[in-house]
Amino acid sequence: MRPELELISDWIRPSTRVLDLGCGDGALLAYLHERRQVNGYGLEIDTANIVKCIQAGVNVIHADLEAGLEDFGDSSFDYVLMTQTLQAVRHTERLLDEMLRVGRQGIVTFPNFGFWRCRMQIALQGLMPVGKTLPYEWYNTPNVHLFTLRDFEKLCRSKHIDILQRMVLDYAHRPWRGARLWPNLFGEIALYRLGRA
Amino acid sequence: MAALFPPDSVGQVTPRTAHFDEPLALDCGQTLTNYEIVYETYGTLNADRSNAVLICHALSGDHHVAGYHEAADLSKPGWWDNCIGPGKPIDTREFFVVCCNNLGGCKGSTGPTSINPDNRKPYGPDFPIVTVKDWVRSQARLADRLGVRQWAAVIGGSLGGMQAMQWAITFPERVRYVLSIAAAPRLSAQNIAFNEVARQAILSDPDFHHGHYYEFGVVPRRGLMIARMLGHITYLSEEGMRAKFGRELREGRPNFNFDTEFEVESYLRHQGKAFVDRFDANTYLLMTKTLDYFDPAADFDQDLSAAFHRAQAQFLVVSFTSDWRFSPARSREIVRALVRAGREVSYAEIPSTYGHDAFLMPIPLYHDLLRSYLSRVAGEVNAHAA
Repeated sequence: MRPELELISDWIRPSTRVLDLGCGDGALLAYLHERRQVNGYGLEIDTANIVKCIQAGVNVIHADLEAGLEDFGDSSFDYVLMTQTLQAVRHTERLLDEMLRVGRQGIVTFPNFGFWRCRMQIALQGLMPVGKTLPYEWYNTPNVHLFTLRDFEKLCRSKHIDILQRMVLDYAHRPWRGARLWPNLFGEIALYRLGRA
Repeated sequence: MAALFPPDSVGQVTPRTAHFDEPLALDCGQTLTNYEIVYETYGTLNADRSNAVLICHALSGDHHVAGYHEAADLSKPGWWDNCIGPGKPIDTREFFVVCCNNLGGCKGSTGPTSINPDNRKPYGPDFPIVTVKDWVRSQARLADRLGVRQWAAVIGGSLGGMQAMQWAITFPERVRYVLSIAAAPRLSAQNIAFNEVARQAILSDPDFHHGHYYEFGVVPRRGLMIARMLGHITYLSEEGMRAKFGRELREGRPNFNFDTEFEVESYLRHQGKAFVDRFDANTYLLMTKTLDYFDPAADFDQDLSAAFHRAQAQFLVVSFTSDWRFSPARSREIVRALVRAGREVSYAEIPSTYGHDAFLMPIPLYHDLLRSYLSRVAGEVNAHAA
C-alpha cells in the first residue's frame, strides 16, 4: 500500500461518494471501500487496468479524462480524487474545474518538481530529474506538465480554489517535519484537499 | 460418450419445453391464452437457488447457446459456446445457466410458425408483435417454474443486452447483476432505417403472400436473404470487411456480369442463403419491430436514469470500438443514465475490429473481463449455498 493512500483515507469521511480520476488498478478505491465504506466509481483509460479493477471489485468506467466529466452531475460526489494524475493530463485547468464542479471537495496528489533532488539534478548534472516519483526519461514520460508546490498554489489562488489541507511527503513518503517547514524543497509528493471558494 | 466432447464443453444438451396456460397480456393489447417456451439449462441450481444465470439471445439467436444437440456433429455448438461451459467465462461449474427462445421466435417457443388455437392454422402475420417487456414477463414465469426467485445475473449481447436491462427495470428485486453487451438504450433513426429496408425486402417478396406463405408451401426466400445480407453488413466493421475480403475477385479478373465476383458478395450470399434455411420470415419481421419499439425511457418521461432508478441490480456495460450498429457512444448513454441513477456500474470499451459481431468472439480481454466480473458474482452467490 502506498503510504499516501493511507493519508488520503484519513481525509475522507466514512460512507461518502467518491470519484477517482485515473484510478489505475483500483487499489485506492478498494482500500477506501474497505476502510471508509465509500461508494463510487473509478475512471480509467487503460483496458488492462479496467480488468484489474473488476478483479478488485471496484466499479470502473472506461473514460478519457481529457474529454471532461460531462457524464457526471454537479456536486454528485463528496470527493473527487486525482492521485498522481494531474501531471499527466493536457487540460489541467479544465480538469481542476471539472473536479470541483462534480465533487464538493477535490483531493490531488502529484510529484513535486521543486523537490531538492530534482533541483540538484537540473542544477548540478544539467539533466531532467529522474527518480522514484519521476521514474521516466524526458522522451518517454507520460507526464506532460511538471510543476512545483508553489506553482500549484499559485494556480489555485488565481482560480479561487480553496486549499483546505496540505501534506507533503519526504523521500521516504513520510510526513517529515523538515518537509513541513520547507515543503517545496523537502516534499517529494504533495497532497492537497481542495474546495471551491 | 462424454469423451467425445471438448473438456470445457457442457456436452450434449437437450432442449425442454415449458407450457404456460395462464393468459399473458401483451403490450400491444392482445392476449396470448397460452404459450410455450423452449429452453436449455446447463450446470446445477445450488441449494438456495441463487446461482441461476439467464442468457438473452439477440435478433436471430435461440435457446441453444452452448453444447451440442448431436453427439455425432461437433461442428454446430450453441451460439455462445466459446463463453459458456466448465472453466469458461460463464462457468457452468459455478452457475446454473438458462437460455430460452423468445416469444415470437421460430425455434420452438410460441411464435408465427406455431398453430393458432383459434383456427388451427399457423399464426403467420397474425401473431401479435411482442415487446422486450413481454419477453421479460413471459420468462419470469419460466423462472418461477424453475424455482428461480432471483437471477444471479441476466446477460445478453445486442438485443439480448437490451432485454437484460429491461429485466432489471421490470423486476428490480429479481436481478442481482446485469451484463449488457454491445447494446443501446434504444434504436437510432439509422438503426430503424436498416430494419425497415430489411422488412421491405421480405414484405415485397412475391412469395410472402401477406405472411401466409406457409399455406402456399413457399417461403419468401429472396426477401429474407436480402434482409439477412443487409443485417450482416451492419454486423461487421468496414475495417474487418476489408481485412477479411478486401476486393478479392473469386476468379482473379472481372467477368463484367452480375454473378458473384467479389469475395464479399460470396460471403453475403452464403450467409443469406444459410439463414433462409434456419429462420422464419415472419419471426424476422417481428423481431426487428421488437427492436425498434424497445425504449425503456419511454415509460419514464423519456428519462432513462429514472428507469434505472427503480433497478436494484449492479451493471456491467461492454462495448466494442469498431461496432457501428450499437457504437460505444450508445453504451456510454446507458452508463451515464446508470451513474445519474446512482447505480453501481462498470463499463469497458474493448478494442476490436469485428464490429457488432465482436460480442460473440472469444476476444481475450473481453473474456477476461467477463470472467473476472462473474467470478465475483459466483463468489457472492455460492458463498452461502456451499
